[in-house]
Amino acid sequence: MSNGAGGAGGTDTGLAGARERWVRTGGIELCVAELGDPARPTVLLVHGYPDSKEVWSQVAGRLADRFHVVLYDVRGHGRSTAPVPLRGGFTLEKLTDDFLAVADAVSPDRPVHLVGHDWGSVQSWEFVTVARTEGRIASFTSMSGPSLDHLGHWIKQRAARPTPRRAGQLLGQGAKSWYIYLLHTPVLPELAWRGPLGKRWPKILQRIEKIPGGTYPTSSLPQDAAHGAWLYRDNVRARLRRPRTDAYAHAPVQLITPTGDAFLSERLYDDLEQWAPHLVRRTLPAKHWVPRTRPDQLASWIGDFVMAHEDGGLPDRGAAPSGPYAERFGGQLVLVTGAAGGIGRATAFAFAEAGARIVAVDRDAEGAARTAELARLIGAPDAWAEPADVGDGQAMERLAEKVATEYGIVDVLVNNAGIGLSGAFLDTTAEDWKKVLDVNLWGVIHGCRLFGKQMAERGQGGHIVNIASAAAYQPSKALPAYSTSKAAVLMLSECLRAELAGQGIGVSAICPGFVNTNITSTAHFTGVSVEEEERRRKKTSRLYGLRNYPPEKVADAVLRAVVRNQAVVPVTPEARGARLLSRFAPGALRALARVEPPL
Amino acid sequence: MTDARTAELRGFKEVQRLAYACAEAVAARLRPGVTEREAARMQREWLRARGVRDWFHLPFAWFGDRTAFAGFRIPLQFFPTGRRLEAGMPFILDLAPVHRGFTADVGYSGCLGPNRLHGKLLADLEAHRELILREVRERRSLREIYEDVDRLMVRQGYANRHRAYPFGVIAHKIDRVKERRWSPHVFGFGTQSLKGLAGDALHGHRDGWSPLWSPYRFSDHPPKPGLWAVEPHLGFRGTGAKFEEILVVTDSRDPEQSAFWLDDDLPHVRRWAEAV
Ligand SMILES: NC(=O)c1ccc[n+]([C@@H]2O[C@H](COP(=O)([O-])OP(=O)(O)OC[C@H]3O[C@@H](n4cnc5c(N)ncnc54)[C@H](O)[C@@H]3O)[C@@H](O)[C@H]2O)c1
Repeated sequence: MSNGAGGAGGTDTGLAGARERWVRTGGIELCVAELGDPARPTVLLVHGYPDSKEVWSQVAGRLADRFHVVLYDVRGHGRSTAPVPLRGGFTLEKLTDDFLAVADAVSPDRPVHLVGHDWGSVQSWEFVTVARTEGRIASFTSMSGPSLDHLGHWIKQRAARPTPRRAGQLLGQGAKSWYIYLLHTPVLPELAWRGPLGKRWPKILQRIEKIPGGTYPTSSLPQDAAHGAWLYRDNVRARLRRPRTDAYAHAPVQLITPTGDAFLSERLYDDLEQWAPHLVRRTLPAKHWVPRTRPDQLASWIGDFVMAHEDGGLPDRGAAPSGPYAERFGGQLVLVTGAAGGIGRATAFAFAEAGARIVAVDRDAEGAARTAELARLIGAPDAWAEPADVGDGQAMERLAEKVATEYGIVDVLVNNAGIGLSGAFLDTTAEDWKKVLDVNLWGVIHGCRLFGKQMAERGQGGHIVNIASAAAYQPSKALPAYSTSKAAVLMLSECLRAELAGQGIGVSAICPGFVNTNITSTAHFTGVSVEEEERRRKKTSRLYGLRNYPPEKVADAVLRAVVRNQAVVPVTPEARGARLLSRFAPGALRALARVEPPL
Repeated sequence: MTDARTAELRGFKEVQRLAYACAEAVAARLRPGVTEREAARMQREWLRARGVRDWFHLPFAWFGDRTAFAGFRIPLQFFPTGRRLEAGMPFILDLAPVHRGFTADVGYSGCLGPNRLHGKLLADLEAHRELILREVRERRSLREIYEDVDRLMVRQGYANRHRAYPFGVIAHKIDRVKERRWSPHVFGFGTQSLKGLAGDALHGHRDGWSPLWSPYRFSDHPPKPGLWAVEPHLGFRGTGAKFEEILVVTDSRDPEQSAFWLDDDLPHVRRWAEAV
């Protein structure tokens, strides 16, 4: 053995407290680390290229309190020994032997839950599709590593019938695979890794992949990378040329796809259901090295999937959420303010249907409780109501603290709470101004300030949605204070988006037009008698009712905005129209601003 | 109450019970794979076998998200389709037989197997039955009551789906119908009953009331004595639930006698009583 990085269970590898053992198989010795109670279900983590088992340290730590977590260095990597000669020593058949040897050593009586990243996933696909491992694998979570056999069929299909779309997909993946061609050249990759590339690699990871520095990668990297080139040389060409036709998964598969992966196209998995029935799909806005950049999310999805496939599984909660939103938001923590009604409640329900956990915040405690109750009935694994006034900074601080300690770090924050105020500027009192700014602007500021900070500190991405309004760019003599508050929200969102972009946190502003909600019957009309105010409320409510644009459609725009990371989203035709005018014919907007509303 | 009146109410009560008995019998025979059309035919045949010859409207059956009228744009979509029932699916049977000259119009909500969301919707309908009776007794305008029901639904987190019915009605008047040998129907509605409704509409129009209880200005009047088939219909993201039954409105000064549900021994009422 040429490399001693890390010492037994060494803390500098990030696998503090791990128990270590050696498994001998096929003439080599594999270095195996274990965490957690061996009586619990075994989760076996397989690392990729160029990596060693330490790539999993953060995920392993997060799973260890619930599971028996096992990691091993793939042959030729980390502290495991390398085959002699290297050529022919890394075939998928031999890697399968290694897996079985480790599984038999750490969990002789029960099948293991397999998790693979990158080449760890490529080889795990082999494990889960060959007959001799049947009964040894309880579930498989795959990230950023397709089956070479599936890939072979994928390429063949597209090459045999290259419609423009398929040819495009082929070229797209082809362009992302440059490194594979390079790795097939003899000797050069080894020289590069042992020389300049190996030295620079940690910096490259930090700069391009946004991986926080620290104990990773370990000092065995040049060696791992040089040996690992044989993973490609021993398998890729052979399998792509003659892919197996029986590569069907014999265990349930969960596929986690980072949407910003520089090495793998999402299209690769289009046909996967044909090989893995009941496939569970997840998408994650992140780059390739998710075990380093998104450990919380991975631990949560792996944990849920494992529990769902342990004996008996989870108690049935009715229809499992499915669809593109479920892939993205399943299990995430979503906080919505103003969730007791209207757009906020519809948004909470839409996230609940996608399987997210919901925190429904509103000053109307009863309404928020109702939202949480129904959210649980339509797919939220958990939902809580939190009464709070978003305009009250101290109350919001208490809320942020409670949410972080009891429910976790918010993945998606929707600042939606808002109130209506109508009437001429000269009729608007300082008190009126304070009220509307406290809720509509300060509410958003407090939300962004407190929960945004938690997101940034966690350093694993997230998204903030602020509900502004078409009034943010459509001036009107009837809504001076309201429009001002919303214009401020729009600008705040744009600035914050610029600030947080580097940390993987998206910010979106939603600008709806007239939406049929309760806002009209609670809005304040300045400068008129109480009776007149009541009459105007009724009249506006009827007008908004006739317009009848449902809040559910705004909610849908919110989820879409998060998935696509959109900056500003006008919703309703009138909001989109006004947005266009504001750019190309601002004069027309100013003319509209003078129109007396039909009250 | 006069004897004639008591006999008349008994007639309505009997046909309403018959209609609910039909709904319960057919619901008990629903299995995965049964289509809406088959469920409608089962209702028709059950009632024909028990002497029903005329209809206020032919039986309807809605399965799955059609119980919430998802995507309904035109009235033709109310008619039964080839949609098949699946385990866990909600369904609604809506039937309006005429028997011995008396009309009933009932709605029965059920579910094939357990569905907690559906159970919640059914339970939440109880508050609407109470609200409607209370406000009718207070002689509030029908339009206002309509709006209060709407508000309660919104507060509960649901959508008003009776809005999808023709004229958005939450209720309509029903009456006795002459028994004819031949009773044709157009678009699923019995011509005899339609004639009655049209006649009421005409008179009402002159006197400032309407046999259709709607959100519109023509319903801005106090409850009109007579029999009203009331059908609040909740919808929530692809799941719908309703009940429909006869509310008796009289011109009595005694609030208790001025309005009452014709029958309190109906499946949904029994279910609420059992839940307590
Ligand atoms: N309805 C529209 O036409 C429309 C158009 C554009 C933008 N918006 C914006 O959408 C957002 C939601 O409005 P809606 O139409 O759903 O209104 P809504 O009145 O139906 O709902 C607003 C919710 O916010 C809550 N709320 C109000 N003040 C609060 C406070 N200080 N703290 C906590 N909760 C508070 C209310 O209790 C209510 O549940 C608002 O920001 C509004 O300005 C609405």
